[in-house]
Amino acid sequence: MHELSIATSLVSLVDDALESAGEAGTVEAVRVKVGALSGVVVEALEFAWGVAVEGTRCEGARLEVERVPAVVRCGECGAETTLDHPPVFACGSCGRPASEVISGRELDLIALELEQTQATADPAPEDHHAAPNP
Amino acid sequence: MPPRILEVRTRILKKNDEIARALRSRFEQHGVYVVNVVSSPGAGKTELLTRVMGALRDRGLTVAAVVGDLATENDAARLARSGCPAKQILTGTMCHLEADMVEHAIADFDLHELDVLFIENVGNLVCPQGFDLGEDLRILLFPSTEGEDKPLKYPTLINTCDLVVLSKMDLAEPVGFDVRSARANCETARPGVPIIETSARTGRGTADVVAFLADRIDAKRDTPAERTA
Repeated sequence: MHELSIATSLVSLVDDALESAGEAGTVEAVRVKVGALSGVVVEALEFAWGVAVEGTRCEGARLEVERVPAVVRCGECGAETTLDHPPVFACGSCGRPASEVISGRELDLIALELEQTQATADPAPEDHHAAPNP
Repeated sequence: MPPRILEVRTRILKKNDEIARALRSRFEQHGVYVVNVVSSPGAGKTELLTRVMGALRDRGLTVAAVVGDLATENDAARLARSGCPAKQILTGTMCHLEADMVEHAIADFDLHELDVLFIENVGNLVCPQGFDLGEDLRILLFPSTEGEDKPLKYPTLINTCDLVVLSKMDLAEPVGFDVRSARANCETARPGVPIIETSARTGRGTADVVAFLADRIDAKRDTPAERTA
């Protein structure tokens, strides 16, 4: 259950990002990428997120997780193979062992979704394509 | 109305990575070779390390260890039987070591005097994976008693390891451990990973682990500052 450590790090990164951007707004969502080889169980991270955000600026924010599949490149034929779970580190094209991981280790904070403030919302009333707020 | 987006793009474990990077550069500067040892609980990390540390010391190297457990100082006491200093890290409820814990634990060690530092992680086959501790080498132990399919069940950790030790091989026959299948499973999860079979009880394989480490230590001394990852 190291996901709690990860969720806590994430909350503190969000705080740092808000502070350095001088953002006072409410965080509505936090977008992250979690690779299949990152060792993180997304469901455990989501559970830990609910605990870690209590009393922080992330409280009430959604955690939006993009899962990144594990992809290896074959050292022999150069083909790229997306691995299943459990992963077999072999080239899907020539069958040889393939150990060069080109994606799947991600554990990244990508972006924050912030609440629209009055100041930024007002100047665009002519935008007829905008969907009404839910 | 579309949401306002603040782009961040950073590793979630950035703080741990930064501390690990600083540790690695300190180790580099003082010529300390660092080994992170991971496995499930009870796989034989402490027993193997006690023997390996003693053997490296007999080769004239100065060796120390830090060991993480949720509770008790038993493992530090056992490691200290090798004649090398060992420091316990009590993690409380934490299932893995993080770089700042190692940083605190080694505060009393004179790195300048040290050649090799072993970091015995908390027994866990999942959580230690993403936490860089500034190590040069990561060793994973799979004991024969846990079956030959462990590498397939825990592929993500083995995929970050540089050496697999198949431990408790004196029990392989009684428990029906299929060593060929275990080796093939390691190869599936981590192609090309070196594998050494050991039994701390009989002493089998300890010399191979020591020789493997001695080679790596020498290689690092010959090419300083090469490893940056």
